[in-house]
Amino acid sequence: MASPLTSSSGAVRRSQLRALGLVAPLVIFVGVTFVTPLGTMLMRSIHDPVVADTLPQTLTLLEEWDGQQLPNESIYITLAEEIKQASSERTLGQIAGRINRVQSGFRSAVTRTARELHSQPIEATRESMISIDSVWADLSTWNAIKLTGQRFTARHYWNAMDLQVLSDGSIGQQPEERRIYIKLFLRTLLVSGIITLLCLILGYPIAHLIANSPPSRANLLLILVLIPFWTSLLVRTTSWIVLLQTQGVLNDLFVLIGLITEDGRLAMIYNMTGTIVAMTHVLLPFMVLPLYSVMRGIPPTHMNAAASLGATPVQAFLRVYWPQSLPGVGAGSLLVFIIAIGYYITPALVGGSEGQLISNMIAYHMQTSLNWGLAAALGGVLLIGVLILYVVYDRLIGLDRIGLR
Amino acid sequence: MRSKRPRVGRIVYLVICASIFIFLMAPIIVIVPLSFNAEPYFTFTEGMLRLDPEAWSLRWYREIITSEAWIKSLINSLVIGISATILATILGTLAALGLASSAIPGRRAIMGIIISPMITPVIIAAAGMFFFYSGLGLGQTHLSIILAHTVLGVPFVVVTVTATLASYDTTFNNAAASLGAGPWTIFRRVQFPLIAPGVLSGSLFAFATSFDEVVVILFMGGIDQRTIPRQMWAGIREQISPAILAVATFLIVFAMLLLLTVGWLQRRGEARN
Repeated sequence: MASPLTSSSGAVRRSQLRALGLVAPLVIFVGVTFVTPLGTMLMRSIHDPVVADTLPQTLTLLEEWDGQQLPNESIYITLAEEIKQASSERTLGQIAGRINRVQSGFRSAVTRTARELHSQPIEATRESMISIDSVWADLSTWNAIKLTGQRFTARHYWNAMDLQVLSDGSIGQQPEERRIYIKLFLRTLLVSGIITLLCLILGYPIAHLIANSPPSRANLLLILVLIPFWTSLLVRTTSWIVLLQTQGVLNDLFVLIGLITEDGRLAMIYNMTGTIVAMTHVLLPFMVLPLYSVMRGIPPTHMNAAASLGATPVQAFLRVYWPQSLPGVGAGSLLVFIIAIGYYITPALVGGSEGQLISNMIAYHMQTSLNWGLAAALGGVLLIGVLILYVVYDRLIGLDRIGLR
Repeated sequence: MRSKRPRVGRIVYLVICASIFIFLMAPIIVIVPLSFNAEPYFTFTEGMLRLDPEAWSLRWYREIITSEAWIKSLINSLVIGISATILATILGTLAALGLASSAIPGRRAIMGIIISPMITPVIIAAAGMFFFYSGLGLGQTHLSIILAHTVLGVPFVVVTVTATLASYDTTFNNAAASLGAGPWTIFRRVQFPLIAPGVLSGSLFAFATSFDEVVVILFMGGIDQRTIPRQMWAGIREQISPAILAVATFLIVFAMLLLLTVGWLQRRGEARN
């Protein structure tokens, strides 16, 4: 009895190992070149050791500091030493940038201080530091050093939610003019919602038409959906610039047929309209394809049956067809919404200043402001949102059935 | 009376559908004639509308085929795209074969890892990979971009090949085994030829992903890694010249060829199984 049992469990084990062996190269590859880099990058949102590593002694001394009055002489002397060292090791710029985000004016102050400390062998005292720059007489400067000196911090996430750590350690709102991120997140959600709705309104009729056409015509119509789908994103975005810009094809046409005057040319691109129109076009196939695959399975006899029972076309549609098409509506809408909230290229090219979404802000902090901690925090919030939506998608439709292309 | 109303409704419905199809196709159709514009404008000139032959020209095509920057970007796109496609196809097909086995433990978790590059917003992925490869000293190299494009394209291979394998009849394997074939022979002589259309269309998806990718290039590529989409990005942002409309026309033709090939492969795959 025992021997066939063990041999069959051995066979199972062997085929398990074989399957794992086939999957392993890819899992390792994705793990090393994708998941780990993604994780490390998101770590930047909570972990930033640069200030702590550059000013270690100052920060140790500041632990004892009460925050009510200026620190004592020894802290000034230690800081002066560490500033001198950082400036000769060329790491001063990195910490200056970080602290400057909390305490504006710090960068120029610390640069000047380093220069003065190097040029003349003055004794670095509290008085001499303050005489170089009054920023050293400001309590909030010291709070800023202490705050950015934390290796692990939630401040980038506070920042991403328009909050900040106040000098007494409590959490408060950012000043009015710096409250931009919540608005941007809401705008991204709203714009993605509008685009999803537009895709549904435009996608539903044509998916219905394709699903109810004879096969040869259905194939032809499907190709009309697939051509834009396969066409380069940059080509489609360029086309929308050509069509929508002030001296573009559509405005020319409107002037020609007298719809608008030469001076009344419409601004349809480099603003929110541009983002919405171009993105709706780009994402429409992602709506049509899942809708079509569900609608293809709805027997046309159901509508006939409803009609023969006396339902008007509208009633038959609402009570019979629409409920059966809901799985496709859900799949398409979720997919379009998920892709839209993380979209970058189209808003960057045709969105102007008002048509930017959260991804564009992440790119800005990555490439221009170099505030990588904040970029990572904004990315973290976006990623969590997207993952939640994918879990919903997985529960409703199944991730392996994701119908891209 | 009763029979007339639905007909009106049907006409309205068809007109609406036609307008939506026009919306889908207009941006693609309009760009082709404009690429033959004799003037450096992005719109139809009066001469073009009069069909005056003087107003039409091939100057933008001449410009791109003689432009060193465009030729270089084409070579970069092909080198990066083909390398990434080969890597993604090999890794993805092997993984799909493993995932098709009923014995595999933790399928959901494995699938989650493999699909993660497809569902992560590309801006976050690009930022993460930028830090990773510059930390390795591989910033601004072809290698780092090839690897990045491989990881972005590989989920498409896995999804496509998995779908093909789902309809693959494993009794073929048993039949071959009963005739004495070993696992490698079975794969090479029986299974692979049958799933080849799926593998090929998966690899075309991977190629299309790389060929159209611009965010990773923007973050990680230098001047030597400029691909066609990157060059178009520069063209749109910096100096808008109808030369990019000529490139766009080429890309539209290319997209249609890809679409036809994938459609043909899918029909072939269905016919075989």
